[in-house]
Amino acid sequence: MTIYGKGLRGLSLATIATLSVAFSLVFFYAPLDADQGFVQKIFYLHVPLAIVSLCGFVFGAALAVGYLRTGDRRWDMRSYVAIHMALIFGIGGLITGSIWAKASWGHWWVWSEPTLVSFLIVLLLFATYQPLRFSIEDPERQARYASVFSVIAGAFVPLNFLAVRLAQEYVHPRVLTLGGGNLPGPMRLTFLISLAGIGLLYVTMWKYEMTAKNARMQLRALRRALLGDDAVRPAGRSAAPS
Amino acid sequence: MRTALTVLRKDLRLELRTLETVPAMALFAVSTFVVFHFGLGRVTIDGQLAAGVLTATLLFAAMLGINRLFVAEREQGGFDAFLLAPVDRTALLIAKAAALFVFLTLLEVVAVPAFALLLLGPSLGPPLPGLIAVLALADLGIAVIGTLVSAIAVHTRARDLIGPLLGLPLLIPALLATARAAGPLLASHATTSPPGKWIAILALYDVVFALLAYAVFDFLLED
Repeated sequence: MTIYGKGLRGLSLATIATLSVAFSLVFFYAPLDADQGFVQKIFYLHVPLAIVSLCGFVFGAALAVGYLRTGDRRWDMRSYVAIHMALIFGIGGLITGSIWAKASWGHWWVWSEPTLVSFLIVLLLFATYQPLRFSIEDPERQARYASVFSVIAGAFVPLNFLAVRLAQEYVHPRVLTLGGGNLPGPMRLTFLISLAGIGLLYVTMWKYEMTAKNARMQLRALRRALLGDDAVRPAGRSAAPS
Repeated sequence: MRTALTVLRKDLRLELRTLETVPAMALFAVSTFVVFHFGLGRVTIDGQLAAGVLTATLLFAAMLGINRLFVAEREQGGFDAFLLAPVDRTALLIAKAAALFVFLTLLEVVAVPAFALLLLGPSLGPPLPGLIAVLALADLGIAVIGTLVSAIAVHTRARDLIGPLLGLPLLIPALLATARAAGPLLASHATTSPPGKWIAILALYDVVFALLAYAVFDFLLED
Protein backbone atom coordinates (compact mmCIF):
# COMPACT_ATOMS: atom_id res chain seq x y z
CA MET A 1 0.00 0.00 0.00
CA THR A 2 1.11 3.51 -0.69
CA ILE A 3 2.30 5.49 2.26
CA TYR A 4 1.27 9.06 1.61
CA GLY A 5 3.01 10.35 4.68
CA LYS A 6 6.33 10.08 2.87
CA GLY A 7 7.90 13.50 2.38
CA LEU A 8 5.17 15.17 4.37
CA ARG A 9 7.56 16.62 6.96
CA GLY A 10 9.85 18.17 4.36
CA LEU A 11 6.89 19.55 2.49
CA SER A 12 5.38 21.06 5.63
CA LEU A 13 8.68 22.71 6.54
CA ALA A 14 9.08 24.10 3.02
CA THR A 15 5.55 25.48 3.19
CA ILE A 16 6.11 27.16 6.54
CA ALA A 17 9.42 28.62 5.36
CA THR A 18 7.98 29.94 2.09
CA LEU A 19 4.94 31.42 3.80
CA SER A 20 7.12 33.08 6.46
CA VAL A 21 9.34 34.60 3.80
CA ALA A 22 6.29 35.68 1.83
CA PHE A 23 4.62 37.40 4.77
CA SER A 24 7.86 39.07 5.86
CA LEU A 25 8.20 40.44 2.35
CA VAL A 26 4.58 41.56 2.37
CA PHE A 27 4.98 43.54 5.56
CA PHE A 28 8.55 44.79 5.39
CA TYR A 29 9.66 44.82 1.78
CA ALA A 30 6.79 45.43 -0.59
CA PRO A 31 6.11 49.15 -0.99
CA LEU A 32 2.84 50.68 0.12
CA ASP A 33 0.42 51.23 -2.72
CA ALA A 34 0.15 54.91 -3.59
CA ASP A 35 -3.67 54.92 -3.87
CA GLN A 36 -4.83 52.27 -1.50
CA GLY A 37 -2.21 52.30 1.22
CA PHE A 38 -1.84 49.44 3.64
CA VAL A 39 -5.04 47.61 2.77
CA GLN A 40 -3.66 46.78 -0.66
CA LYS A 41 -1.43 44.20 1.03
CA ILE A 42 -4.37 41.83 1.30
CA PHE A 43 -3.79 41.40 -2.42
CA TYR A 44 -0.81 39.15 -1.61
CA LEU A 45 -3.16 36.79 0.19
CA HIS A 46 -6.33 37.17 -1.85
CA VAL A 47 -5.02 36.70 -5.37
CA PRO A 48 -2.86 33.63 -4.60
CA LEU A 49 -5.79 32.04 -2.74
CA ALA A 50 -8.06 32.56 -5.72
CA ILE A 51 -5.52 31.36 -8.28
CA VAL A 52 -4.61 28.29 -6.25
CA SER A 53 -8.26 27.49 -5.70
CA LEU A 54 -9.02 27.64 -9.43
CA CYS A 55 -5.97 25.52 -10.21
CA GLY A 56 -7.17 23.10 -7.52
CA PHE A 57 -10.52 22.72 -9.28
CA VAL A 58 -8.83 21.98 -12.58
CA PHE A 59 -6.41 19.62 -10.80
CA GLY A 60 -9.42 17.81 -9.32
CA ALA A 61 -10.90 17.49 -12.80
CA ALA A 62 -7.64 16.00 -14.12
CA LEU A 63 -7.59 13.46 -11.29
CA ALA A 64 -11.21 12.61 -12.02
CA VAL A 65 -10.22 11.83 -15.61
CA GLY A 66 -7.73 9.41 -14.04
CA TYR A 67 -10.58 7.67 -12.27
CA LEU A 68 -12.74 7.48 -15.38
CA ARG A 69 -9.84 5.99 -17.35
CA THR A 70 -8.67 3.44 -14.79
CA GLY A 71 -11.65 2.79 -12.52
CA ASP A 72 -9.28 2.85 -9.54
CA ARG A 73 -11.10 4.52 -6.68
CA ARG A 74 -7.98 6.04 -5.23
CA TRP A 75 -8.00 8.48 -8.16
CA ASP A 76 -11.49 9.49 -7.18
CA MET A 77 -10.38 10.02 -3.61
CA ARG A 78 -7.53 12.23 -4.80
CA SER A 79 -9.94 14.22 -6.90
CA TYR A 80 -12.33 14.53 -3.98
CA VAL A 81 -9.61 15.87 -1.68
CA ALA A 82 -8.37 18.26 -4.37
CA ILE A 83 -11.82 19.78 -4.87
CA HIS A 84 -12.56 19.83 -1.17
CA MET A 85 -9.35 21.77 -0.47
CA ALA A 86 -9.88 24.06 -3.44
CA LEU A 87 -13.32 24.91 -2.08
CA ILE A 88 -11.84 25.93 1.27
CA PHE A 89 -9.20 28.05 -0.45
CA GLY A 90 -11.87 29.50 -2.70
CA ILE A 91 -14.02 30.61 0.21
CA GLY A 92 -10.93 32.19 1.74
CA GLY A 93 -10.29 33.97 -1.55
CA LEU A 94 -13.85 35.23 -1.74
CA ILE A 95 -13.82 36.58 1.81
CA THR A 96 -10.46 38.32 1.43
CA GLY A 97 -11.65 39.69 -1.91
CA SER A 98 -14.73 41.10 -0.30
CA ILE A 99 -12.69 42.79 2.40
CA TRP A 100 -10.40 44.29 -0.21
CA ALA A 101 -13.34 45.48 -2.28
CA LYS A 102 -14.92 47.13 0.77
CA ALA A 103 -11.69 48.85 1.67
CA SER A 104 -10.71 50.09 -1.76
CA TRP A 105 -14.03 50.53 -3.58
CA GLY A 106 -16.35 51.03 -0.63
CA HIS A 107 -18.62 48.07 -1.37
CA TRP A 108 -18.51 44.50 -0.15
CA TRP A 109 -19.51 43.26 -3.54
CA VAL A 110 -18.76 44.77 -6.94
CA TRP A 111 -20.66 43.43 -9.95
CA SER A 112 -18.50 45.31 -12.42
CA GLU A 113 -15.45 43.22 -11.61
CA PRO A 114 -15.76 40.18 -13.89
CA THR A 115 -13.15 38.08 -12.11
CA LEU A 116 -15.05 38.35 -8.85
CA VAL A 117 -18.36 37.41 -10.44
CA SER A 118 -16.97 34.47 -12.39
CA PHE A 119 -15.25 33.24 -9.29
CA LEU A 120 -18.53 33.30 -7.38
CA ILE A 121 -20.27 31.29 -10.11
CA VAL A 122 -17.49 28.70 -10.15
CA LEU A 123 -17.66 28.44 -6.38
CA LEU A 124 -21.46 28.03 -6.51
CA LEU A 125 -21.04 25.20 -8.97
CA PHE A 126 -18.37 23.39 -6.98
CA ALA A 127 -20.34 23.86 -3.77
CA THR A 128 -22.79 21.33 -5.19
CA TYR A 129 -20.07 18.69 -5.45
CA GLN A 130 -20.49 17.35 -1.95
CA PRO A 131 -24.31 17.39 -1.83
CA LEU A 132 -24.27 15.51 -5.13
CA ARG A 133 -21.65 13.04 -4.05
CA PHE A 134 -23.17 12.13 -0.73
CA SER A 135 -26.70 11.75 -2.00
CA ILE A 136 -25.60 8.72 -4.01
CA GLU A 137 -25.49 5.59 -1.89
CA ASP A 138 -23.66 3.06 -4.00
CA PRO A 139 -19.91 3.81 -3.59
CA GLU A 140 -18.96 2.81 -7.15
CA ARG A 141 -21.65 4.99 -8.64
CA GLN A 142 -20.76 7.77 -6.22
CA ALA A 143 -17.18 7.77 -7.46
CA ARG A 144 -18.21 7.66 -11.10
CA TYR A 145 -20.82 10.40 -10.90
CA ALA A 146 -18.60 12.63 -8.82
CA SER A 147 -15.84 12.19 -11.40
CA VAL A 148 -18.15 13.02 -14.27
CA PHE A 149 -19.25 16.11 -12.38
CA SER A 150 -15.66 17.18 -11.74
CA VAL A 151 -14.75 16.84 -15.41
CA ILE A 152 -17.74 18.91 -16.51
CA ALA A 153 -17.16 21.51 -13.84
CA GLY A 154 -13.43 21.69 -14.58
CA ALA A 155 -14.16 22.42 -18.23
CA PHE A 156 -16.75 24.96 -17.13
CA VAL A 157 -14.17 27.11 -15.30
CA PRO A 158 -12.48 28.73 -18.34
CA LEU A 159 -15.72 29.03 -20.33
CA ASN A 160 -17.41 30.80 -17.49
CA PHE A 161 -14.55 33.25 -17.12
CA LEU A 162 -14.75 34.02 -20.83
CA ALA A 163 -18.50 34.64 -20.78
CA VAL A 164 -18.53 36.79 -17.67
CA ARG A 165 -15.53 38.83 -18.81
CA LEU A 166 -17.29 39.63 -22.07
CA ALA A 167 -20.50 40.57 -20.28
CA GLN A 168 -18.92 43.70 -18.86
CA GLU A 169 -19.81 46.54 -21.16
CA TYR A 170 -17.01 48.82 -20.13
CA VAL A 171 -13.69 47.23 -19.51
CA HIS A 172 -12.52 47.67 -15.97
CA PRO A 173 -8.91 48.81 -15.81
CA ARG A 174 -6.86 45.70 -15.24
CA VAL A 175 -4.57 46.94 -12.52
CA LEU A 176 -3.44 43.46 -11.63
CA THR A 177 -3.12 40.97 -14.43
CA LEU A 178 -2.46 37.35 -13.59
CA GLY A 179 1.18 37.43 -14.65
CA GLY A 180 1.74 40.49 -12.52
CA GLY A 181 2.40 42.22 -15.85
CA ASN A 182 2.25 45.82 -14.72
CA LEU A 183 3.31 45.44 -11.13
CA PRO A 184 6.49 47.17 -10.05
CA GLY A 185 9.42 44.83 -9.35
CA PRO A 186 9.33 44.48 -5.54
CA MET A 187 5.58 43.96 -5.61
CA ARG A 188 5.88 41.33 -8.30
CA LEU A 189 8.56 39.43 -6.39
CA THR A 190 6.47 39.48 -3.21
CA PHE A 191 3.43 38.39 -5.13
CA LEU A 192 5.21 35.47 -6.78
CA ILE A 193 6.62 34.24 -3.48
CA SER A 194 3.20 34.53 -1.84
CA LEU A 195 1.74 32.58 -4.72
CA ALA A 196 4.36 29.87 -4.26
CA GLY A 197 3.67 29.79 -0.51
CA ILE A 198 -0.08 29.42 -0.91
CA GLY A 199 0.45 26.83 -3.63
CA LEU A 200 2.69 24.84 -1.34
CA LEU A 201 0.13 25.18 1.42
CA TYR A 202 -2.48 23.69 -0.88
CA VAL A 203 -0.25 20.76 -1.78
CA THR A 204 0.61 20.14 1.87
CA MET A 205 -3.02 20.23 2.97
CA TRP A 206 -3.95 17.92 0.13
CA LYS A 207 -1.24 15.49 1.14
CA TYR A 208 -2.23 15.66 4.81
CA GLU A 209 -5.80 14.79 4.04
CA MET A 210 -4.74 12.01 1.70
CA THR A 211 -2.50 10.60 4.43
CA ALA A 212 -5.34 10.72 6.94
CA LYS A 213 -7.75 9.07 4.55
CA ASN A 214 -5.26 6.36 3.67
CA ALA A 215 -4.45 5.67 7.28
CA ARG A 216 -8.14 5.35 8.06
CA MET A 217 -8.64 3.10 5.08
CA GLN A 218 -5.79 0.80 6.10
CA LEU A 219 -6.99 0.76 9.68
CA ARG A 220 -10.41 -0.32 8.55
CA ALA A 221 -8.93 -3.03 6.37
CA LEU A 222 -6.89 -4.31 9.31
CA ARG A 223 -9.85 -4.27 11.66
CA ARG A 224 -11.90 -6.14 9.14
CA ALA A 225 -9.17 -8.75 8.75
CA LEU A 226 -8.85 -9.18 12.51
CA LEU A 227 -12.41 -8.83 13.74
CA GLY A 228 -14.47 -9.85 10.76
CA ASP A 229 -16.65 -7.81 8.41
CA ASP A 230 -19.39 -7.12 10.94
CA ALA A 231 -17.13 -5.34 13.40
CA VAL A 232 -16.46 -2.46 11.00
CA ARG A 233 -19.30 -0.06 10.43
CA PRO A 234 -19.80 1.32 6.92
CA ALA A 235 -17.95 4.55 6.34
CA GLY A 236 -20.92 6.90 5.91
CA ARG A 237 -20.03 10.25 4.38
CA SER A 238 -16.59 9.40 3.12
CA ALA A 239 -14.93 9.41 -0.24
CA ALA A 240 -12.37 6.85 0.84
CA PRO A 241 -12.67 3.39 -0.64
CA SER A 242 -13.08 0.99 2.24
CA MET B 1 -29.21 7.28 -35.17
CA ARG B 2 -32.20 5.01 -35.66
CA THR B 3 -32.09 4.11 -31.99
CA ALA B 4 -32.10 7.75 -31.04
CA LEU B 5 -35.10 8.36 -33.27
CA THR B 6 -36.94 5.43 -31.74
CA VAL B 7 -36.30 6.64 -28.20
CA LEU B 8 -37.26 10.18 -29.17
CA ARG B 9 -40.49 8.94 -30.72
CA LYS B 10 -41.20 6.97 -27.53
CA ASP B 11 -40.65 10.06 -25.38
CA LEU B 12 -42.81 12.28 -27.53
CA ARG B 13 -45.60 9.72 -27.66
CA LEU B 14 -45.40 9.33 -23.89
CA GLU B 15 -45.69 13.08 -23.47
CA LEU B 16 -48.56 13.28 -25.94
CA ARG B 17 -50.52 10.62 -24.07
CA THR B 18 -49.86 11.72 -20.51
CA LEU B 19 -49.47 15.49 -21.09
CA GLU B 20 -47.42 15.64 -17.94
CA THR B 21 -44.46 17.89 -18.62
CA VAL B 22 -45.08 20.53 -21.28
CA PRO B 23 -48.45 21.83 -20.02
CA ALA B 24 -46.98 22.08 -16.52
CA MET B 25 -44.00 24.02 -17.87
CA ALA B 26 -46.25 26.39 -19.83
CA LEU B 27 -48.57 27.00 -16.89
CA PHE B 28 -45.63 27.59 -14.64
CA ALA B 29 -44.20 30.15 -17.08
CA VAL B 30 -47.46 32.09 -17.31
CA SER B 31 -47.85 32.12 -13.52
CA THR B 32 -44.30 33.41 -13.23
CA PHE B 33 -45.14 36.31 -15.56
CA VAL B 34 -48.00 37.22 -13.23
CA VAL B 35 -45.63 37.11 -10.27
CA PHE B 36 -43.17 39.31 -12.13
CA HIS B 37 -45.92 41.80 -12.94
CA PHE B 38 -46.69 42.26 -9.25
CA GLY B 39 -43.15 41.82 -8.06
CA LEU B 40 -41.79 44.50 -10.36
CA GLY B 41 -44.88 46.69 -10.02
CA ARG B 42 -44.82 47.41 -13.76
CA VAL B 43 -47.54 47.15 -16.38
CA THR B 44 -45.13 46.81 -19.27
CA ILE B 45 -41.42 46.18 -19.44
CA ASP B 46 -38.86 46.44 -22.23
CA GLY B 47 -35.17 46.18 -23.06
CA GLN B 48 -32.77 44.37 -20.81
CA LEU B 49 -35.32 44.01 -18.02
CA ALA B 50 -37.74 42.23 -20.35
CA ALA B 51 -34.97 39.97 -21.59
CA GLY B 52 -34.03 39.09 -18.02
CA VAL B 53 -37.61 38.32 -17.02
CA LEU B 54 -38.12 36.15 -20.09
CA THR B 55 -34.84 34.28 -19.61
CA ALA B 56 -35.37 33.65 -15.92
CA THR B 57 -38.92 32.42 -16.52
CA LEU B 58 -37.88 30.07 -19.30
CA LEU B 59 -35.02 28.77 -17.16
CA PHE B 60 -37.25 27.94 -14.22
CA ALA B 61 -39.85 26.34 -16.45
CA ALA B 62 -37.09 24.34 -18.12
CA MET B 63 -36.00 23.07 -14.71
CA LEU B 64 -39.37 21.35 -14.36
CA GLY B 65 -38.81 19.49 -17.58
CA ILE B 66 -35.20 18.68 -16.70
CA ASN B 67 -36.26 17.13 -13.41
CA ARG B 68 -38.77 14.85 -15.10
CA LEU B 69 -36.65 13.86 -18.08
CA PHE B 70 -35.38 10.51 -16.85
CA VAL B 71 -38.01 9.73 -14.23
CA ALA B 72 -39.88 7.23 -16.40
CA GLU B 73 -36.61 5.45 -17.24
CA ARG B 74 -35.72 5.18 -13.61
CA GLU B 75 -39.08 4.12 -12.27
CA GLN B 76 -40.00 1.64 -14.97
CA GLY B 77 -36.67 0.04 -15.71
CA GLY B 78 -35.98 1.87 -18.96
CA PHE B 79 -32.30 2.22 -18.06
CA ASP B 80 -31.87 -1.53 -17.68
CA ALA B 81 -33.73 -2.21 -20.87
CA PHE B 82 -31.59 0.30 -22.71
CA LEU B 83 -28.38 -1.19 -21.33
CA LEU B 84 -29.49 -4.68 -22.33
CA ALA B 85 -30.12 -3.60 -25.90
CA PRO B 86 -27.10 -3.86 -28.22
CA VAL B 87 -27.11 -0.17 -29.15
CA ASP B 88 -24.79 2.79 -28.81
CA ARG B 89 -25.35 4.55 -25.50
CA THR B 90 -24.88 7.97 -27.05
CA ALA B 91 -28.24 7.39 -28.73
CA LEU B 92 -29.95 7.92 -25.37
CA LEU B 93 -28.17 11.25 -24.90
CA ILE B 94 -29.17 12.42 -28.36
CA ALA B 95 -32.75 11.25 -27.96
CA LYS B 96 -33.22 12.80 -24.54
CA ALA B 97 -31.60 16.08 -25.52
CA ALA B 98 -33.79 16.19 -28.62
CA ALA B 99 -36.88 15.47 -26.53
CA LEU B 100 -35.98 18.24 -24.12
CA PHE B 101 -35.36 20.58 -27.06
CA VAL B 102 -38.81 19.82 -28.42
CA PHE B 103 -40.37 20.39 -24.98
CA LEU B 104 -38.57 23.72 -24.66
CA THR B 105 -39.67 24.80 -28.12
CA LEU B 106 -43.27 23.95 -27.29
CA LEU B 107 -42.93 25.84 -24.02
CA GLU B 108 -41.71 28.91 -25.88
CA VAL B 109 -44.51 28.68 -28.43
CA VAL B 110 -46.84 29.32 -25.50
CA ALA B 111 -44.67 31.40 -23.20
CA VAL B 112 -43.26 33.97 -25.65
CA PRO B 113 -46.68 35.10 -27.01
CA ALA B 114 -47.99 35.11 -23.44
CA PHE B 115 -45.06 37.28 -22.46
CA ALA B 116 -45.71 39.65 -25.36
CA LEU B 117 -49.36 39.84 -24.37
CA LEU B 118 -48.96 40.24 -20.63
CA LEU B 119 -45.78 42.15 -20.01
CA LEU B 120 -43.81 43.27 -23.06
CA GLY B 121 -44.19 46.95 -23.94
CA PRO B 122 -42.78 47.16 -27.50
CA SER B 123 -44.24 45.08 -30.29
CA LEU B 124 -42.81 41.62 -30.73
CA GLY B 125 -43.27 41.49 -34.50
CA PRO B 126 -40.10 43.05 -35.99
CA PRO B 127 -37.50 41.41 -33.73
CA LEU B 128 -39.21 38.00 -33.77
CA PRO B 129 -36.85 36.22 -36.22
CA GLY B 130 -33.82 37.35 -34.21
CA LEU B 131 -35.47 36.29 -30.97
CA ILE B 132 -36.26 32.87 -32.43
CA ALA B 133 -32.60 32.41 -33.37
CA VAL B 134 -31.42 33.41 -29.89
CA LEU B 135 -33.94 31.17 -28.17
CA ALA B 136 -33.11 28.22 -30.43
CA LEU B 137 -29.44 28.46 -29.47
CA ALA B 138 -30.37 28.84 -25.80
CA ASP B 139 -32.66 25.81 -26.02
CA LEU B 140 -29.85 23.78 -27.49
CA GLY B 141 -27.61 24.62 -24.56
CA ILE B 142 -30.34 24.01 -21.99
CA ALA B 143 -31.23 20.71 -23.68
CA VAL B 144 -27.66 19.39 -23.63
CA ILE B 145 -26.79 20.55 -20.12
CA GLY B 146 -30.23 19.63 -18.84
CA THR B 147 -29.92 16.08 -20.15
CA LEU B 148 -26.51 15.72 -18.57
CA VAL B 149 -27.61 17.13 -15.22
CA SER B 150 -30.80 15.10 -15.23
CA ALA B 151 -28.89 11.89 -15.94
CA ILE B 152 -26.62 12.66 -12.98
CA ALA B 153 -29.40 13.73 -10.64
CA VAL B 154 -31.83 10.90 -11.34
CA HIS B 155 -29.73 8.39 -9.43
CA THR B 156 -29.29 10.54 -6.33
CA ARG B 157 -31.44 10.39 -3.24
CA ALA B 158 -32.57 14.00 -3.44
CA ARG B 159 -32.91 14.20 -7.20
CA ASP B 160 -35.37 17.09 -7.34
CA LEU B 161 -32.90 19.06 -5.32
CA ILE B 162 -29.67 18.05 -7.02
CA GLY B 163 -30.94 18.73 -10.54
CA PRO B 164 -31.55 22.48 -10.18
CA LEU B 165 -28.61 22.82 -7.83
CA LEU B 166 -26.21 21.51 -10.48
CA GLY B 167 -28.05 22.92 -13.46
CA LEU B 168 -28.30 26.57 -12.45
CA PRO B 169 -24.60 27.41 -12.13
CA LEU B 170 -23.77 25.38 -15.23
CA LEU B 171 -26.37 27.31 -17.20
CA ILE B 172 -25.42 30.79 -15.97
CA PRO B 173 -23.06 31.61 -18.88
CA ALA B 174 -25.61 30.44 -21.45
CA LEU B 175 -28.41 32.41 -19.81
CA LEU B 176 -26.27 35.47 -19.44
CA ALA B 177 -25.55 35.33 -23.17
CA THR B 178 -29.23 34.74 -23.96
CA ALA B 179 -30.38 37.67 -21.86
CA ARG B 180 -27.76 39.99 -23.32
CA ALA B 181 -28.54 38.89 -26.86
CA ALA B 182 -32.28 39.32 -26.36
CA GLY B 183 -32.01 42.68 -24.57
CA PRO B 184 -31.54 44.91 -27.63
CA LEU B 185 -34.25 42.95 -29.48
CA LEU B 186 -36.85 43.76 -26.84
CA ALA B 187 -35.93 47.43 -26.41
CA SER B 188 -38.49 50.11 -27.25
CA HIS B 189 -36.74 51.13 -30.47
CA ALA B 190 -35.53 47.67 -31.17
CA THR B 191 -32.84 46.49 -33.50
CA THR B 192 -33.90 43.49 -35.52
CA SER B 193 -30.68 41.51 -35.44
CA PRO B 194 -29.22 40.24 -32.16
CA PRO B 195 -25.65 41.21 -31.22
CA GLY B 196 -23.24 38.83 -32.94
CA LYS B 197 -20.88 38.59 -29.98
CA TRP B 198 -23.51 36.91 -27.82
CA ILE B 199 -24.71 34.64 -30.57
CA ALA B 200 -21.13 33.48 -31.00
CA ILE B 201 -20.71 32.85 -27.26
CA LEU B 202 -23.97 30.91 -27.09
CA ALA B 203 -22.96 28.81 -30.06
CA LEU B 204 -19.51 28.18 -28.59
CA TYR B 205 -21.04 27.18 -25.27
CA ASP B 206 -23.45 24.81 -26.98
CA VAL B 207 -20.68 23.17 -29.00
CA VAL B 208 -18.33 22.73 -26.04
CA PHE B 209 -21.00 21.22 -23.82
CA ALA B 210 -22.29 18.98 -26.59
CA LEU B 211 -18.79 17.55 -27.01
CA LEU B 212 -18.35 17.27 -23.26
CA ALA B 213 -21.69 15.51 -22.85
CA TYR B 214 -20.77 13.13 -25.65
CA ALA B 215 -17.49 12.34 -23.88
CA VAL B 216 -18.87 11.66 -20.40
CA PHE B 217 -22.40 10.41 -20.95
CA ASP B 218 -21.38 6.75 -21.26
CA PHE B 219 -20.09 6.77 -17.70
CA LEU B 220 -23.49 7.76 -16.39
CA LEU B 221 -25.12 4.64 -17.80
CA GLU B 222 -22.68 1.96 -16.71
CA ASP B 223 -23.87 -0.53 -14.20
